[in-house]
Amino acid sequence: MANPSTGEALVRLEGGRRSSPARARSLLGWGLGRIHRIFKAVIVLAAFLALWEAAPRLGWTNATFLPPLTEVLKTWWRLLLSGELAEHTQVSLARSLGGFLLALLVSIPLGLAIGWWKTAAQYLNPLLELFRNTAVLALLPVFIMLLGLGETSKIAIIFYACVFPLLLNTISGVRNVDPLLIKSARSMGLTSVGLFQKVVLPASVPTIFVGIRQAGAASILVLIAAEMAGAKSGLGYFVQYTQFSFQISEMYAGILTISIFGVLLNYALVTLERRLTSWKQTQSE
Amino acid sequence: MSSTALSIKISIQDVNKSFRIKRNTDQSRDSSEPVIALQNINLDIHPGEFMVIVGPSGCGKSTLLDLVAGLTKPSSGQVLLDGRPITGPDLDRGIVFQQYALFPWKTALANVEFGLEAKGVPRKERRKLALEYIQLVGLAGFEHRYPHELSGGMKQRIAIARSLAYDPDVLLMDEPFAALDAQTRETLQSELLRIWEATGKTILFITHGIEEAVYLGQRVAVMTSRPGRIKEVIAVPFESRTSEEDLRAHPDFVRVRHQIWDLLKDEVQRAQEQEKSRSLTAAGSKIPVKGAGFNG
Repeated sequence: MANPSTGEALVRLEGGRRSSPARARSLLGWGLGRIHRIFKAVIVLAAFLALWEAAPRLGWTNATFLPPLTEVLKTWWRLLLSGELAEHTQVSLARSLGGFLLALLVSIPLGLAIGWWKTAAQYLNPLLELFRNTAVLALLPVFIMLLGLGETSKIAIIFYACVFPLLLNTISGVRNVDPLLIKSARSMGLTSVGLFQKVVLPASVPTIFVGIRQAGAASILVLIAAEMAGAKSGLGYFVQYTQFSFQISEMYAGILTISIFGVLLNYALVTLERRLTSWKQTQSE
Repeated sequence: MSSTALSIKISIQDVNKSFRIKRNTDQSRDSSEPVIALQNINLDIHPGEFMVIVGPSGCGKSTLLDLVAGLTKPSSGQVLLDGRPITGPDLDRGIVFQQYALFPWKTALANVEFGLEAKGVPRKERRKLALEYIQLVGLAGFEHRYPHELSGGMKQRIAIARSLAYDPDVLLMDEPFAALDAQTRETLQSELLRIWEATGKTILFITHGIEEAVYLGQRVAVMTSRPGRIKEVIAVPFESRTSEEDLRAHPDFVRVRHQIWDLLKDEVQRAQEQEKSRSLTAAGSKIPVKGAGFNG
């Protein structure tokens, strides 16, 4: 079954026409299908976690450098209860969201403007390409030099990392609106402002979201790197610090937290994207 | 029908249109050569008339439609609507495109309401009118579907409803059924005739299908290959098109169809030759895509 909602709809549609034993069978089939789907989603992940648990216990790896999963989870739980993790997570969250939201605020309006005025795009494109293709982390020392080791430099570099995917995707979203839709709206006498508001903006939302997701991923990557390079708190700092002081279990607990943080952020963005672009055809898979 | 000035809805007078086509990869020759799309077009369309323009591909039919829509301006000559020159697009003309041009983020209902919104119709009235026109095109019950949930024929019905809803005097149709399968096309053709009779709109319909032209048009204007000129205007001698019998088997139908086929035969061949030589000289270069320019 490719698409869960289609599947459900089909079952419901067919259910009306079938006799009850057949309906029971189709409901059973649906239940099995669901179990099958959950199985597919979980099995490899479970195997990986089992391997993590088993490898150090069976002596395949050195338990000092890779403690079993349960050990790490125990440590994680302890850190969570002590409030230490929450503290670092909060600091990291503030930095990454700060930079990310600031970038949203700047890039999307700017991108819309640049995309709308062709000439602006032609002038700015080479510079934007140069910035985009300069690895952000290479600029980390520059940011630290100019803005110091405090919060400003961290938020600034996260902001910088988020700006380009957002800006470039917004520009291309605006530039690539189907010309036929514009022609059609123009034929109904829409002014430039109306055209922008009613056609160009909604049509570019999906492409803008590609940028938002890329920026979300970039914000975490750069956050951790920046915190490792120079900070006194935050998850990146925590991982770095625990490694240096040989608290290996704690280090893995920190890494685990970063993973969860990333997965949750991505999940939130995907959910938001689904809501805003529910009109789009979803027949992938 | 008398041909006094009053009984002419659209008057196309001595219209010429030429473009400059920019080629991205041309190094040697001058990068923009003018192409004459339309040459000396004269055509009058009466109020309530169903006029079909038929011609080979690339003959400038769509350009002619764009001129009437007010989306482009003629290089010389003028296009009059009710005796006044057309200055730009407006809601007194509605366009139906081959590729439907529905807004994918809006439901069928919201798409039909779009033009009404542009016209400034109040919200409640908008809803009522939109539902009425969706009913008229036979899609009651599909109001809340998104375009991607509709078939090609259904999308085109919604597009037609959208153009009819804001009540333009003139309906401009740019090969509206060309992308549909044969059966859907036939159904929509007879539905369009029904809608035309019910609403009394003036329709300018563009096609490259001869059968379609004869079946739909009261008059059929045959165009030449590029530069596009009107070769001949043929009156189609049928009284009621919406009768039940198979019009296509009627001897008159066969005769007119053949007459137009005769007129078009050489033009189609020439158009194909042109296309071949064009794609040879322009190999690798970007040929401008059909559709609108982005001149916000």
